[in-house]
Amino acid sequence: MSDSRLIFVHGNGAIVEGAIQAGCRFYAGYPITPSSEIAEEMSKRLPQVGGIYVQGEDELASINMIVGASMAGAKAMTATSGPGFSLMQEGLGLAVATETPLVIVNMMRAGPSTGIASKAWQGDIMQSRFGSHSDYEIISVYPWSVQEAFDLTIESFNLAEKYMTPVVLLGDAILARMRERLYIKQEEIIDRKRPSEPEGKYMPYKRDQSLVPVIASFGEGFHVLKDSLTHNENGYYYENPEVQAKYVRGITEKIKKNAAAIEKYESVFTEDAEVVIVAAGPMARVAHSMIIDARKRGKKWGMFRPVTIWPFPEEQLKKSVQKAIYVIVVEMSTGKLVYPVKWSINDNDRVKLVSWLSYEAPTPDELEHLCEKEVNG
Amino acid sequence: MSGKPFFRTIFDVPHEEYFSPGHGLCAGCTAGTIAKLLLKVAGPNTIVVNATGCVEVSTTTYPYTSWNVPWLHVAFENTAAAASGVESAIIALKKKGIMDPSTKVNVIALAGDGGTYDIGLQALSGMLERGHRVMYVLYDNEAYMNTGIQRSGSTPEFAWTTTTPVGSQWKGKMQQKKPIAEIVSAHGTPYVATSNPNNFTDMMNKFKKGLETEGPSFVHVLQPCTTGWKFDPRYGIEISRLATETAMWINWENDHGEFRVTVTVPRRRHVRNYLRMQGRFSHLTEQEVNEIQDSVNKKVENINRLVGKTVIGPLVE
Repeated sequence: MSDSRLIFVHGNGAIVEGAIQAGCRFYAGYPITPSSEIAEEMSKRLPQVGGIYVQGEDELASINMIVGASMAGAKAMTATSGPGFSLMQEGLGLAVATETPLVIVNMMRAGPSTGIASKAWQGDIMQSRFGSHSDYEIISVYPWSVQEAFDLTIESFNLAEKYMTPVVLLGDAILARMRERLYIKQEEIIDRKRPSEPEGKYMPYKRDQSLVPVIASFGEGFHVLKDSLTHNENGYYYENPEVQAKYVRGITEKIKKNAAAIEKYESVFTEDAEVVIVAAGPMARVAHSMIIDARKRGKKWGMFRPVTIWPFPEEQLKKSVQKAIYVIVVEMSTGKLVYPVKWSINDNDRVKLVSWLSYEAPTPDELEHLCEKEVNG
Repeated sequence: MSGKPFFRTIFDVPHEEYFSPGHGLCAGCTAGTIAKLLLKVAGPNTIVVNATGCVEVSTTTYPYTSWNVPWLHVAFENTAAAASGVESAIIALKKKGIMDPSTKVNVIALAGDGGTYDIGLQALSGMLERGHRVMYVLYDNEAYMNTGIQRSGSTPEFAWTTTTPVGSQWKGKMQQKKPIAEIVSAHGTPYVATSNPNNFTDMMNKFKKGLETEGPSFVHVLQPCTTGWKFDPRYGIEISRLATETAMWINWENDHGEFRVTVTVPRRRHVRNYLRMQGRFSHLTEQEVNEIQDSVNKKVENINRLVGKTVIGPLVE
C-alpha cells in the first residue's frame, strides 16, 4: 500500500490511527482524562472516512452504544480511564456474554476513585480481567510505545473479530501523552466470519473446532437473537444446568484454549539471566534501560515483558526465568502484575515485588537501586 | 411567594466570606463569582456536595481549600445521590436526638453541566422525585471544560468544541441544548430558577429562595467560560449580560407553580452581539447567526405567551 507515512504523535493519536486502519467506523465515548484526545481525534477523523462519532451522556451509554454498533456489524471502539472503566464493566460483561467484538481502551490513571486524572498508574491490570461479574475470559494488551500502541490497536481489532470478544487495550497516562515517531503502514486486517449455513440451519452460538462461534450481524438476513441471559446454541434463554455449563465453558474456552496463539511477549537477555525483571507498558521501558545498563556493568539481568496481559504468557515466562534466582516484578501499583507472575512460577518464593508508588516513572538508576535492594535482601 | 427581593443592591451583599480567594480557577472565570455569592447567601451552616468538575479541581488543590464550610467531593455522576444521603443523615441525626431539631442545615449540590445534563441526570431525577431538601446549583459553562472542552448535552447548537469540530463535515455541534430547567420543573420541583452572574442580586435572591424551599430546589446559572468559549478573560460578565440582553438566556423562576420572568428585557439586542464575542462561534455564517436569531425569537414568543404579557421586548438592534 502507498499509505505508509511517518508522523510524530502521542499514544492517544496512534490508537486513533490504528483504529481507523483496522476498520473502526463507530466510536462512542465520554470525555475523561487522559483518554479524551482519542475522542477528540475520532470526532475529526471518523467523519473523514465515512465513520460515525457519537459522544455518550456517560460511560454506560458509550459502551452499550458500541455493543449495539458491533452487533449491527460495525467495528466499534470506546476509550476511557479508571472511573469510566469501572462504569463500563456491566457493558463489558454484556459484550462477553453476547460474544460481541469490541475494543475498549483504558488509559490507566492514579486512583482509586477519581484519583489524579492526568497521572499514570498501573492499578487496573486485574480490573481489565476480573472487573465484570461472574465467569469470563478476556484479551487485554498493553503497549509500551507509540508505535506499539498503533500496532496493538490493529491487533486488538483483529483479535476481537477473530475470537468474537471484547479486547481491552490498556495504556496509562504516560503512554497517552508520550509523543514519538509513528510509522504508519498497512497491516493485515481480520474481519469477523460470515455464516456459511443457510437461514434455518444456522445456529449463531454453535462452535466448530476453533471454539469461536460465527455470529451473523443484524441485517444480514439471519434470525439472530442476542441475549445477555444464559443462552443455548440458538441464542435462546434456556434455564438448564447443562446449557449454563456449556455456555460458560464456551465463552471461556475459546480464549483459554487459543491462548498460545493470542499471547505476545518480549524476552530480553533472559537466556542466562540471574535476575529477570517483569514489567509492562511504559514502565518496561525504564526496566529495559536499566537492564541494558546493568549488563554493561557485568550483571546478568534480563527482562520479560508481557504484551498480552491477559491471557498472561505463563509458559513463556516459565521458560524465561529458568536460570533466574530472582524474578522481580516492577509496577506502578501496590502489586497487580505480580499475581499472574506468581501463578505462572511454581517456586514463587523467588518472585519479588518492587512497587513504585509515584505517578512519575522512576529513572533507570532509581529502579536499579530498588531492585538491587530486593536482590541483596 | 414573590414579595420584595431580599438582595436589591451591592450593599445588601453580606461581608462574610465562606469561599476564599486563591483558588486555581482560570483568570476571568465566572464560576468563582457564582460559588462566592452562593456561600454568602447560604452562610456557615452549609454542607456542599460537589461533583467532579472545574470548581472541584481548582478550589481544593493541596494544601489549600477555598471552602470554609464542610465540603464533599463525589464521583462525576452522583452529586444528587450523595446530597440526598447527606440530607437524609441530617434528618436521622435530628430524630435520634444527636442534633438539635431546630438547627437549619443547608445542603447544596453543586455541579457543572456535564455532571448534570448528562452523567448526573439519573441521580438528579431520583433526588427530585424522592423530594430531598437539597438545593441543586448547576453552573453551566456549556461543555466539559475541565477535561478540555468536549461537547455536553448543554452545548448550544453550532458551538465549536474539541468533539464537535468545525470542518467540511461538521459545523460545530449539530444538536440543540437540552432544556434542563424545564426537565427539572416537569418533576414538580417546588422551586426552579435560572439566572446568571451579571444579574447577581437576581441570582442571590434565587439561591435564598431555593434554600428556604421545603423540598428540592434547582438553580441553573449560566457561567461564561473564558477558556472554552474563547473570549478575553475580562469579558465574562459582559457576555453574561449580553446573554440576557439578547434573550439567548432568560432569567426566570417557577416558584411553586408560579412562573415569572425575573429580569425583563424591554429592548432586545440581536444575538450577533453575543455570538460574535466568542471564539467558539467564530465560524458562523451570517445565515447561521440568523437561524439562531429565529430560534431565539420563537423562544421569546413562547415565554411572552406563557407569562401573558411582553416581558422580553422586541428586537431593536
